[in-house]
Parts: sequence; structure tokens; C-alpha cells
Amino acid sequence: MNFWLELVLKLVVVLGFVLTGALVVIYAELKAGSHMQSRIGPYYAGGRWGWAQPLADGLKFLQKEDLAPAAADRTVFGWAPYVVMMSTLAIFVVIPFGPDMVGRDLDLGAYYLLAISSLSVLGILMAGWSSANKYSLMGGLRAAAQLIAYELPLVLAVVAVVIQAGTMSLNGIVEAQSQTWFTVAGLEISAPFLIKGQILGFMIFMIAAVAELSRIPFDMPIAESELTMGYLTEYSGIRFTMFFLGEYASMIGLSAIAATLYLGGYDVPGLSGNILNVVGPGVMIFKIAILVFIIIWIRWTWPRLREDQLQKLAWHWLIPLALANIAIVAVFKVAF
Amino acid sequence: MTTPGMIHRSESAVSVELQTPDMTINIGPQHPSTHGVLRLVANIDGERVIDVDPVIGYMHRGYEKISEVRTYAQITALVNRIDWVSGFANEIPFIVGVEKLMGVEVPERAQYIRMILTELARISSHLVFMSSYPLELGATTPLMHALREREYILELIEEMTGGRFHPNFNRVGGVKPAYGGGSTTKKQAMDIPSGYFQRTLEAMDRMDQICKDIDTLVTGNELIKMRTVNVGVIPADKALEYGLTGPNLRASGVAYDLRKIENYLPYDEVDFEVAVREGGDCFDRYVVRLDEIRESVKIVRQAVDQIPKGPLQAKVPRILKAPKGQVYSRAENPKGEFGFYIVSEGGKMPYRLKIRSSSFSNLSILPWILKGQLVPDLVAIMGSLDFVLGDVDR
Repeated sequence: MNFWLELVLKLVVVLGFVLTGALVVIYAELKAGSHMQSRIGPYYAGGRWGWAQPLADGLKFLQKEDLAPAAADRTVFGWAPYVVMMSTLAIFVVIPFGPDMVGRDLDLGAYYLLAISSLSVLGILMAGWSSANKYSLMGGLRAAAQLIAYELPLVLAVVAVVIQAGTMSLNGIVEAQSQTWFTVAGLEISAPFLIKGQILGFMIFMIAAVAELSRIPFDMPIAESELTMGYLTEYSGIRFTMFFLGEYASMIGLSAIAATLYLGGYDVPGLSGNILNVVGPGVMIFKIAILVFIIIWIRWTWPRLREDQLQKLAWHWLIPLALANIAIVAVFKVAF
Repeated sequence: MTTPGMIHRSESAVSVELQTPDMTINIGPQHPSTHGVLRLVANIDGERVIDVDPVIGYMHRGYEKISEVRTYAQITALVNRIDWVSGFANEIPFIVGVEKLMGVEVPERAQYIRMILTELARISSHLVFMSSYPLELGATTPLMHALREREYILELIEEMTGGRFHPNFNRVGGVKPAYGGGSTTKKQAMDIPSGYFQRTLEAMDRMDQICKDIDTLVTGNELIKMRTVNVGVIPADKALEYGLTGPNLRASGVAYDLRKIENYLPYDEVDFEVAVREGGDCFDRYVVRLDEIRESVKIVRQAVDQIPKGPLQAKVPRILKAPKGQVYSRAENPKGEFGFYIVSEGGKMPYRLKIRSSSFSNLSILPWILKGQLVPDLVAIMGSLDFVLGDVDR
């Protein structure tokens, strides 16, 4: 296929998937959150079940004035939301939705993911610093401090997976999970890494992922009751929408990473080749949806931690546990 | 941690003097967690609060001064706007004071109705706390659950008095006869709505249930405990020094409850415990309020059971005139001790009315307790003191 045609096609598909996905997740959060709070939630927009509420919200934001504070560093202020959005979109380049349904299967896929997903903190820091608002500044610095807490457990948890799979390519990791684990009565049983001894790693990864998303219980950078809206305080209109969409898109992104690394990705036992290319995306989206729902569920149940408590959690518990996890996985890898 | 104004000297050969200035941050008057228009001028060093200067008065409505040109009957309409979360409870100390001044005997039935409604107001006020406090800690769901149940209490108050927030139900010598409620004869129409006590008992069953729900959702939540246990500890002596009253004082281990001390309503005829905790931290202040909801439910159940028959209103002259004299009357409100000092020179209006509002006195500990705390703890501590700005500024 023509290189340019392929590029445009991939761009359109990835952008379409991420943006509609983000809207769906926003709607799911509105609805699920409401029902957890004994409310109905969006009801009128779109005629039925309020399905068009995220679209209506988006249109409302588009109409709003794009304000910037007089003392703000306008260039940095203007670019910050796009840096966040870019880092989120770039995650989807390497996420495989089928054996061939992948933007680019990099040999260092896992490494690329970890690098690119941490880039969003740069945008948050830019937003916090350039807003010329003390609350924003505190929010941005909290986000930077949070990076120190969650980034290491996140990387260490992924390292254990890479050791077990023996490759950093995400397609390779999925294939490693589809290989026969053991044979019972002629049946070849394969299992995702979650079952093959990565439960601890999965939990560490998810906790760190929620921290990276800055969602409750780790939403200290936003902390509505403390910092009004943290680094988002001064944003309005289209730029706020970018942050908002970016948050939900990265929810999908991190859930997709977790689904690929721990839940077997697009793999369906017994299927391969072109059939898997068709079925795979559906399987992947189903797995993402489960993880996204868990993240939403956590948000509507728990309060917020303090910044120092997150640091304590990360350095006292997550990092030692992740190191132990690596050691155990490595021993098993060599011994069996 | 750096101390304020400390100069960091670099160790290098070139002597550079670096100073980290403290950041002055204005929390309020418009801020999500200041419950209205409280303003805190806080000096912070990173996340650490160095000192806090609360600025109040944004909501001063001059009730003390207005009261000097209002008759006693008109003032009840003003006083239930002081702490709007528990409007009915505010009327009690004032009206009891006026009755004491005029020497009016209140019928037993009216006293019991006052007691029931005061306890309902206490439950509703504490339910607002149960909803807003987890919200300040970041948990959004208890808000909806507690407010939903509070609606049942407000409906009860509305059915009896005609007002959800500002009942203006007390008259000198009794309570305002409620019209309606389905009765046809004039004698019944002057009494409370029919079937009211049955609905009250049903609502009390709901309150028992929501207390259990809040227990599972909030009290037993490990993250809530991480945020509140041993945060903002107020020892008993400090609490007494700063004039804290109500649940804030009882959480510090001082079993001081005016319902047991003053005989302003027939609380001696019902059986209830004073909720006390020893720790004095945010968690204890929260638990004391939850326990008080349970105790109030107990009181309402007994009062409904024991309420005597009789008139709702004593015989009082058409034009109320208080004799020359002065009286201080106080009551245990949901937020603490609430007192009115009424000076009468004879005539229809008080010469001077001094309001001792509970939130105002409870707030005085803020500069001491917030010193050296973290910013997230500032919000947690402020929320745990449970003040209402209308009560602070009057």
C-alpha cells in the first residue's frame, strides 16, 4: 500500500477511535457515577438516556471564550493542552488491536509507551506554571511530585512483564500470552500474564496508572476542594476541552496498555490470522471497558489522599513489592 | 522543611544568598471549601501552612442592631436565618429567653413539639456535615446519599411549620398552630397534622439506615481514616481555652452538653447519652456527629411516645411587652452553644440583643490549629469544625 495513504488511514482510525472512545467514557462516567450516587444523570440530550450529553458539553465548550489571564505566558499557556493531548494520542501508535491492527509494532514498544505516557506531566507543569495563578502553580508542582511517586512502580511493574515475555514489542508480549501454557487431556491451555503469576504486578500497575491519570484517590493536582481546580483553574473553552478529552483518552490509553500487558490483549485462544484481526479489536475494547469501569468505580467510591501519603505508599509499598515481583518472575523464568 | 525567612547559604566558594519567600495565598471568599464567604489569608511554604489569618464579616447582616427595632415576635423570623442549616434550633434559645423574661409558662405539649423539631433540625444539620465533609476530602458519593435522607427530615419540618429552612414556628408561650393536615374540626385544626408522628417514626427508621450506610461508606473507609485520624488534634484544655462548644468540644473528651445541664426543654424526661470521644482529631469530630444523629433519633422516638395532650399555646396578651430586666438564655444547637443576651427596658422591643453564636466561637481556634499544617489538612480541619458563615457573621 502507498505509504501516505496508509499513514492517513491510520491517523483517521486512531484519532476517530480515541476521540469517540473518550466521549463514550465521559458518558459512561456521567451515567455510572450518577447511578452510584442514586441520581439519574444525563437524561434529555439526544432524546434517549441523554446519550448526546458529552457532545452537547463539547459544543458548549467550543462556544466559550478562550480566556487567558493577563499575566499568563501566553505561548506556553496555549500549547500546554496540546502537549497533554499529544502524549495521550501517541500511546495508541503501538497498541495492538489485532496481529496486524497496529499503528507501528516497535521493537521497543513497552519502552516507548512508558516514555511517551509520562510526557503529559510536562504539559501539566507548563499549564500550572504559565497560568500565573498560585493554585495552578501548586497543582502543577503536585503533578510533578506525583510523577516521582508513580513512575518508578509503573516502570518496574512493566519490567516484570518484559522479563516474562522476553520481548519489549507489544505484539510479542501478546503472542507470549497466547502460547500454550500447559496441556490437559490434549487441550492446549494458554493464559494471560495476569493468571501466569503477575497479579501483584497488575495491581501495582493499576494503582500507578490511576496516579498517572490524576484521578481520585490520587487527584491531588486538581484537588477541587483544596486548589479549586489545580492546573486547570485558568483554562476555559477549547483548551479546557483538550485537557478534559486528554484525561479520558489517557484513561483508555492506560487501560489498553494494562489489557495488552496483563490481560492478553486482542488474543482469543484458538483463533489466529485474519479472523483475529476482525475479532481482536472487539476483544480488546471489551477488556479496556472493564478496566475503565474499575477506574470510574474507584473514583466515585474513595476520597483523595494527601501528596505525602502517596509518596509513602509508593516508596514504602509499591516499589519494594515491584522489585520483589521482578525477582520472583526472573527466578521462575530461569528455573522453569 | 525550611522555616520562614530562613536564608540558605550555598556551600560553594562564591557566596550567593538565596531566599525562598513564602507564598501568600488567598483562600476565599470564593473557594469551594470555605462554606461560603470565609476568607483565609494564608502564608504557605510549599505545602506547609506557616500562619493563617481568617477574615470574616463578608456576610454581616446586622441582626443584633435590627433586633432593636423589631418586636419580639418579629425577631424569631430573624434568628432562624443565623445558622440556616438548623433554622428551627436557633429559635429555641431566643424564645425561651423571652418567655423567661415575661414569665410565661409554656404548655407541655408545645415543649415536646419544640424538642422533636429541635432534634430534627440537629439531624438535618449533621446530615449536611456528613455530606459536605467527605466531599472536602474528595469523596463525592456520600454527599448525595446524606442529602437524599435529609430531604425526609426537611419534609417533616415543612409539614409541621410550613418552612423547610426558616420555620419561624415559635411564638411566645408556645408554637404556631399548624392549619391543615386533613382535620376538619376547629379543635383538631389547631393541633399538629394528623398522622404526623407516624411519618416521623418512619423517617427515623430511615435515619437508622443511613447511619449504617454512612458507617460502611465513610467511617470504615481506610482512606478517610488516613486523612482524618490524628489530623488537627485539639486537646481538651485548648478546646476550652478557645471557647469551643458542641461536637467540637465533645470530640476532645469534654462531656459538656447543655441538654443535660440547662432545663430549657424537657430533655430530662427522655433517655439519651452524650456522644463523647477522647482523641480530639478530625475523625473524632466526625464520629461524634454521627453518634449524635443516633442519639437524636432516640430522643425523637421517645418524645413521640411520651408527648402529652393539651394546648399548643399559653394565654399571652395580644401586645407582648417584656418587663424591665435582662436575661441570658442558651441552648445546645447542632453547632454548639447558642446564646442570646436580651436586655429589656420595658416595651415591645428589646433594648439590646447580643447573640453568642456557636460557629463564631468555634472558628476562633483556626489560627492556632492551622499553624504548621499541610494545605490538604487545612481543608480537612476546617471542614471538621463544621461552621456556617451565617452563624459566624450574623
